[in-house]
Amino acid sequence: MRLKLVPTETKIDFFKRGYITMGLSAVLAVLSVVAFLTMGLNYGIDFKGGSVIRTATPAPVAASVYRDVLSTLELGDFTVTEVKDPGADLTDTNRNAVMIRIEQQSDIPETQNDIISEVKAALGNEIEGISFLQTDSVGAKVSGELVVAGIEAVVLAVLAVLFYIWLRFEWQFSLGAVAALVHDVVLTIGVFAAFQIEFNLSIIAAILTIVGYSLNDTVVVFDRVRENLRRFKAKPLRELLNMSINETLSRTVMTSVTTLLALVALYVLGGDVIRGFTFAMIWGVIVGTYSSVFVASPILLRLGVKRDWDKDNGAAGTQYANIDA
Amino acid sequence: MLHFPMWKQTLIWIICVTGLVFALPNAFYTRVEQHNDAVATLATGAPETPELLAARDAWPDYMPNQLVNLGLDLRGGAHVLVEVNVAEVYQDRLDALWPAVRDTLRAQKEIFGTVVPVDAENEMRARIGNAEAIDQAVELIRREHTRPVVSLTGAGARDFEVRAEGDEVVVTMSEAEQIATDDRTMLQSLEIVRRRVDEAGTREPTIQRQGADRILIQVPGLGSAEELLVLIGRTAKLSFNEVVRQVASPDENPGLGNEILPSVNEGEGYYVVKKAAVVTGDMLTDAQTQFDQNGNPAVGFTFNTTGARLFGAHTAANVGKLFAIVLDGEVISAPRIQTAILGGSGIITGRFSVEESGQLAILLRAGALPASLKVLERRTIGPELGQDSIDAGKVAAIVAMVGVVVFMVLSYGLFGLFANFALAFNVVLLFALLSMIGATLTLPGIAGIVLTLGMAVDANVLIFERIKEELRRGKGPARAIEIGYEKATSAIIDANVTTLIAAVILFMMGSGPVKGFAVTLGLGIITSVFTAIWVTRLLVVLYLKARKPKTIEV
Repeated sequence: MRLKLVPTETKIDFFKRGYITMGLSAVLAVLSVVAFLTMGLNYGIDFKGGSVIRTATPAPVAASVYRDVLSTLELGDFTVTEVKDPGADLTDTNRNAVMIRIEQQSDIPETQNDIISEVKAALGNEIEGISFLQTDSVGAKVSGELVVAGIEAVVLAVLAVLFYIWLRFEWQFSLGAVAALVHDVVLTIGVFAAFQIEFNLSIIAAILTIVGYSLNDTVVVFDRVRENLRRFKAKPLRELLNMSINETLSRTVMTSVTTLLALVALYVLGGDVIRGFTFAMIWGVIVGTYSSVFVASPILLRLGVKRDWDKDNGAAGTQYANIDA
Repeated sequence: MLHFPMWKQTLIWIICVTGLVFALPNAFYTRVEQHNDAVATLATGAPETPELLAARDAWPDYMPNQLVNLGLDLRGGAHVLVEVNVAEVYQDRLDALWPAVRDTLRAQKEIFGTVVPVDAENEMRARIGNAEAIDQAVELIRREHTRPVVSLTGAGARDFEVRAEGDEVVVTMSEAEQIATDDRTMLQSLEIVRRRVDEAGTREPTIQRQGADRILIQVPGLGSAEELLVLIGRTAKLSFNEVVRQVASPDENPGLGNEILPSVNEGEGYYVVKKAAVVTGDMLTDAQTQFDQNGNPAVGFTFNTTGARLFGAHTAANVGKLFAIVLDGEVISAPRIQTAILGGSGIITGRFSVEESGQLAILLRAGALPASLKVLERRTIGPELGQDSIDAGKVAAIVAMVGVVVFMVLSYGLFGLFANFALAFNVVLLFALLSMIGATLTLPGIAGIVLTLGMAVDANVLIFERIKEELRRGKGPARAIEIGYEKATSAIIDANVTTLIAAVILFMMGSGPVKGFAVTLGLGIITSVFTAIWVTRLLVVLYLKARKPKTIEV
């Protein structure tokens, strides 16, 4: 007996409730933009500058103890958070870690250096057995450049795949794929803004991987659409798209599940250092799978496609062609 | 489909076995690492201790010994990003030009009159007595002391620009020369930083130029970034200057051509010294920790022949006077010249600890940085955190692997098993490639590998689903499999190329750990396509040939 996540034959009409799915995507995208504009992202020191110190103690020490010690120093704004990581007990890597974040105070790096030494000395005196797992300090100048480089990378990636899909398919496919892609990136940033999860350099890497995954998924559906367009020349585009999505549905679900299996393992057991990264990836895979069916394909339907693939060129005459241009 | 040429089959097996052999050292990481260290130590001619020989023999020589480098976030260590203040060199260059310009003008005193230097920032100014001859002076300096810049961008430009302002000649550095100078400054700085880090005996440091004026230094295993900064943060510009007099306040007028420098020793106040040094640090050939006659730590040094001659001549002519040993603008000691020092070697005494004198010796041996450094980023990762990340990553990878393997068998039965076999080889090949190119594995890199595990089966899922469809259409096993592979190929290629594009862009734009992630992701895509298409295909073909099944279930 085989495990079947999706029945052998499905005939789901994915466009029947198009106004709901597209509406949902639109609302979520708008909410994401609103969250980004009103709440902003919780930037890590990579993007904001400042210092982070990660400590470890043999026994748990309350964050308030750290706060009491640190408030005797003149640090400006700082936050202390206990690292809560149930997964660490499973992998036997629990060290009662605490993260101390200190805001960037001036552009002079020497100041920040003194602060780190001061904090280390003060905590070393007051808390028994403390060790410092990690200290990071980034100047405002570098962090500003990293923001720009990150945005450039995402934009460049989007443009490059837009071009590739345009080469391999048609421009309508390209637009559909990129719309799905932008949808995924926007929703990911929205989640990070809404829940104020720390946004650091590795999240940029996660977003770019989401870009890759989302496309991967969309391209597989589009590949089947292209093939069916050649086989069924007279079939209305809506039916044809539905057929293609249904035919690839089993694969779409299988791949998402195996990828999510791996990512969830990493999320639970991989330690809190990369938890933000894996969270972004999990969210991205879910949204990316959704968007290739419910965003990319409806856009393709709206735009219409050239039907006569056997002829090299020619006016693309379909009943949907009047919508494009 | 069933026709699978022998050479292709052989090639696939060869690739798999080679991958296995090259990935193997990583399974015995510590042992191979110690073996490599032992071999390297023995190659330097170190005595053959039993420990070294045992470490060397623990891993056979005929086996590959390349390992995946562990990134700083996994191994622990110090990371510092600095900016070189390249503009500082401009003033030095102008100062160095002054004596020659002065001599040229003074040689024709009857035309220009008296020549007086004027203090100025980022330019050289001199007032001449005879203002009418200013154009002539400008022309003369331009002819005698400026040269065309040899560079691609600065074609036609000269290294210094000379102009007249009233009765003053102003010399500035041209933009083309600044660019050329910046580049030289960066190369020198890199070299000096490298020498200092090497001198300190740290293992496998990474020292890279980043962008126009930055240097990234990563030293695995070092306790903290602060330790690294002690080594590289100082300019270590050493000079021996003539002392004019001692003063109590830094605000006094030092007089022309002199400057006031503080003493590092409290209570000694300030020294007025001649700006032009007698001997400079670049004339040193060696520096070592020594002990002075009172048994205190000191730094002994040896001059090269030019330095020895200059120092000898100066000390011979100035017996009984003070001279200052100046390090980075501070007087570290100002001894009295007892006799002429002709041997070309000497000793710097100061209030050093043994450790400090050792560091100073390293700095002096490695040479001075051409310009000071500004620290932009410093990171320290403790070895425990790195080990935790590796442990957690391993557990996560194993759980992910088991999850995917079980899921594939449940979904595709025997074919799932084939896909799992390919998946295992995918990981092996990925590690083999990472080792061969000497890639650095970072924490996001581990995430990349785990992600690859999930995505690697995608190609097989595409093929298997396709085969299923063909079987449903009533095709026989061999025919269904053939069509399945054929039709799935374009989707596999398009899907993976798009992901690869994202990986390449990550690699180009990213830095540090992000770059490491891009490498594993990109290589993972390549190996997964290879294993999914060729390895499973080979297995499926072998199975069909051996069993000749009438029906198959995918």
